[in-house]
Amino acid sequence: MSKRNPILVIGGGISGITSALELAETGLEVVLIEKEPYLGGNVSRFNNYFPKLCPPACGLEINYRRIRTNPRISYYTGAEVTSISGTEGSFQVELTVKARLINNHCTSCGKCAEVCPVLRSPAPGIEKEQKAAYIPGGLAFPMKYSIDEGVCEKEACGECEKVCEYDAIRLSAQAESIEIQIDSIILATGWRPYDASRIENYSYSSEPDVVTNVEFEHLLAACTKDRQQFTRPSDGKVPNRIAFIQCAGSRDLNHLSYCSAVCCAASLKHALTLAESIPEIESELFFIDLRLSGRNEILLRKAEAASSIQLTKGKVGRIVHNDIEENLILEVEDIMAGTRRMDLFDMVVLATGLEPERIQIPLAVNEFGFYEAIPAPGIFSTATCKRPMDVSSSVKDATGAALKTMKSNGST
Amino acid sequence: MEVPEKQMALAVCSGCSIGECIDVEKLISEAEGTTEGITCMKHNALCSEAGLEELFRMSVDNKVSHLAIAACSPRVKGDLFNLEGVYVERINIREQVTWVMEANTEDTQMCAEDQTRMVLAKLGSIGHNTPYIPEQLYSDILVVGGGVSGLSAAMAGADAGYRIHVVEKGKQLGGYTNRLYKLTPSILESCDLQGSNIQDLVLEVQNHPGIEVHLDTTLGSISGEPGNFSVHLANGNDRSLSVGSVVVATGWQPYDTGRLKHLGYGLSKVKTLEEFEEHVQEEKVPDRVLFTLCAGSRDENHLSYCSSYCCSAALKQALYIREKNPDSQVYLVYKDIRTPGFQEEFYKRVQADDAVFLTKGTVDSIVEHGSGIRVSVKESLLEDHFEIETDMVVLATGMVPNSTEDLQLQYRLGKGLPEIEYQFADSHFICFPYETRRTGIYAAGTVRAPMDLESSREDAAGAMMKAIQSIECVKRGEAVHPRAGDQTSPELYMERCTDCKRCTEECPFGSYDETEKGTPLPNPARCRRCGICLGSCPERVIGFSDYSINSISAMIKSVHMPDEFEEKPRVLVFVCENDAYPALDAAGIERLTYSPYVRIIPVRCLGSINKVWISDALSHGYDGILQIGCKPGDDYQCHFIHGSELTEERSENLQETLETMMLEPERIQTKFVEITDHHEIQTIINEYVDELEMIGPNPFKSM
Repeated sequence: MSKRNPILVIGGGISGITSALELAETGLEVVLIEKEPYLGGNVSRFNNYFPKLCPPACGLEINYRRIRTNPRISYYTGAEVTSISGTEGSFQVELTVKARLINNHCTSCGKCAEVCPVLRSPAPGIEKEQKAAYIPGGLAFPMKYSIDEGVCEKEACGECEKVCEYDAIRLSAQAESIEIQIDSIILATGWRPYDASRIENYSYSSEPDVVTNVEFEHLLAACTKDRQQFTRPSDGKVPNRIAFIQCAGSRDLNHLSYCSAVCCAASLKHALTLAESIPEIESELFFIDLRLSGRNEILLRKAEAASSIQLTKGKVGRIVHNDIEENLILEVEDIMAGTRRMDLFDMVVLATGLEPERIQIPLAVNEFGFYEAIPAPGIFSTATCKRPMDVSSSVKDATGAALKTMKSNGST
Repeated sequence: MEVPEKQMALAVCSGCSIGECIDVEKLISEAEGTTEGITCMKHNALCSEAGLEELFRMSVDNKVSHLAIAACSPRVKGDLFNLEGVYVERINIREQVTWVMEANTEDTQMCAEDQTRMVLAKLGSIGHNTPYIPEQLYSDILVVGGGVSGLSAAMAGADAGYRIHVVEKGKQLGGYTNRLYKLTPSILESCDLQGSNIQDLVLEVQNHPGIEVHLDTTLGSISGEPGNFSVHLANGNDRSLSVGSVVVATGWQPYDTGRLKHLGYGLSKVKTLEEFEEHVQEEKVPDRVLFTLCAGSRDENHLSYCSSYCCSAALKQALYIREKNPDSQVYLVYKDIRTPGFQEEFYKRVQADDAVFLTKGTVDSIVEHGSGIRVSVKESLLEDHFEIETDMVVLATGMVPNSTEDLQLQYRLGKGLPEIEYQFADSHFICFPYETRRTGIYAAGTVRAPMDLESSREDAAGAMMKAIQSIECVKRGEAVHPRAGDQTSPELYMERCTDCKRCTEECPFGSYDETEKGTPLPNPARCRRCGICLGSCPERVIGFSDYSINSISAMIKSVHMPDEFEEKPRVLVFVCENDAYPALDAAGIERLTYSPYVRIIPVRCLGSINKVWISDALSHGYDGILQIGCKPGDDYQCHFIHGSELTEERSENLQETLETMMLEPERIQTKFVEITDHHEIQTIINEYVDELEMIGPNPFKSM
């Protein structure tokens, strides 16, 4: 291949990792950047994938091995793009890399976490009682500790810096700026869940037992990881009945008018995961249409066969707290029965849709805020920042997006 | 080529509390005692700059060719220990010894020493590797099928600079889309229907200097391997092509209408979506049309899957009718309207038309009634049961993939691509949709999974990317996914081969062809380096330079075996490197302790375990053998398709071996884990060791 600048892949989730690897294994130089301290993005915090109900870590691990052994990929974590100038073939890209309080000398020995006196704020996706110096599990990549700057007291504490034997901790480290020459750019910035607090009638902000599908995924993941029993957030009790509300914010002119494409399969996956591990918990899923493309249809057949899962075509009007039994009252419209009813649930999962994540630099987007396929010459968007889609479609699209960058200046 | 003399070295790291848990000096002196001429060093932080400098100096000064590094897991700091021209193997004494076993005990020390001996024995027995690159290499790419997927793939590949041959069995390019009146809008600004632009793509392909189109042509045969496939064209076009890889975009056909008589098919006024596309272009549109969605799809008696394209196709045709005949009324009877993503906007556009009536329901019967048709619908939104008179019914029949047998692959394992569920030539992996089982041949579009036009175009680009990549990997002598970059390939000592055909049958990727007699004919560029053939061979004929019968046997036999009176059982644990090995590491990171009696050997796949290793281990005196790998079954997680399944089958034969040796069947066990099962793996090991202690020592120990 002729000598050319590397290709920049922005976003180190499953799509960005895929684009980067497919290019590097084809023989091109790639720079992969991720704003978080670890690669893997949203899926690395997930419990399982549909329709196989298998762990995302399995495929990620293979991909991490491919990254480790490929000399043509370099990656930066904690990095964001702050400016892009120039044109296709020779973009100048400025990256800001967050202060590396723990640098690459880290051996993941764990001494820092042993002495760290501060805990991270509890949140779904964060392990219980995790220290400010942390590693998110034994399959994280890169395999090194990080410091949660939100809670770390830095030099005022300094305990970890004192015990580190490998000169890996510099609590006074500063962010740095890097400039690189880039041939073309793949945007794989992914998605974030729609803000559930904006759907006011579902009481998400006031009811701890009303959670989003992403939070529910994290709760299940924590149970799988530490072999704990599944409990609800408010009082730690095992819920008897869980409601899944589809299109919470999607297909709704007041919120996201498009269909988020993944939530039906995701909620059925959740219900089936529960049915498999804790069949005593009853699930009821409220939907407008159940959208399961292709082979994902099997999820519906399995759900129909599971005695603990009930599927109801209908909308949930609102959710209110039931003071007597300490649970939730749902105002439910059952379309097929033509009735309205009040029903009690111990927990509610809102299938909030997905919104695109974008970088700070303005680039062409469509009316819903997703990137255009080619927002500018030499810049290509892929996967969920382009259109709502599931993991398999994202990987497929990320592989195809890689080829578009090869076309941009006629390589080989 | 001259093979330089082997010079071995061992570097031991005492950092990360390794040195506080075991006696590193003793470890080194044991190694020096076992391996003649070995150079050893230790450092308290091998990965530090000082440590690396010392390591590089030691390596250069002693002209080291084979280096063992006893430190953390190879999954950590791998890139730091890449020494040019040196074969490096890691000994995981951190995550898999000192972090999971009691500090400063005789048993932990013995474990670290044995794990070191094992890797040194392996280094001593591995051979020189010359990467396999086919003598003739071709970079042209064959695209089979001239529909939208094939044409999109061809354009993407040609624009990237590769020469493309499109083979189409029909007389023109464009495939099914040629017959479409209009397309579902893909541009958001307008929800109006667009005229078909497929002819633009056809023209682009025809005018592209890098694309040669072969119309009215079928395939006579495809043989060879990635980088060097020979393609014989047939059907009048008697040409041969040499290509490096293949994209299969042979598309789909509508579900067999002969099986839809219960939905009125056969009546003159009952059409399929495909037929209606033509009807609307040629004839008058009637006043009343009813669409039956999922005609044959999402139905256990017909197609169990969702055909994905039919909802939006039916909505599109509803608009045809409304545009052409303003007085018309259209009914759609559906199970669910499936318009994911931005297609929802189009759905809303159709819903907004007052003369389009949509109802959830199940069509019960479709019969002729006077000059029209009477449709009876049950379980509907409106009422339990109702009947409707219409002039025409359109059945939204589903999508059935075309057979890939027409590829005429001259492979031992069949002429087409292996299929998973529902005859689609798809991958079983969510994260690896292009994990093909015929290396260098990639399915794209509707032959791989039901999908619409937009997804087909995206899929075509993805498949073409993989086709290009497979050629570039072959040029470097490297494997493709999942052991990407591996430059070894299977070597066969044919003198001992008995033509038993096990390797040719069991290779998940069809690497081996066969002579009439049954002698294997390897195609190394098809190989994915899983080693299943190595595991299958009863004559121990197959091996890789760094992973062979001898190298693993040497590891097994290098372990110091305490005698039966010492009460120190030894358990050989084969762990699959893909999921079980990382799970063991994760147990280490969380300091989940397990028995120090285990001796761990990573394998490429459980399917690569050869029976001789088991009998070697039993005669060497191991008390038990545990095999831990990925889950088999319908939702298998084995990265080499059926490695775990083969292990289960072979276990039955192993039980016979145990019986003939008069040993308890429990001495060999196979366990399947997921990568996240680090707690589980700790339990598996500890319970197994406990069980073995109950059974008692292997009687062969003192022989």
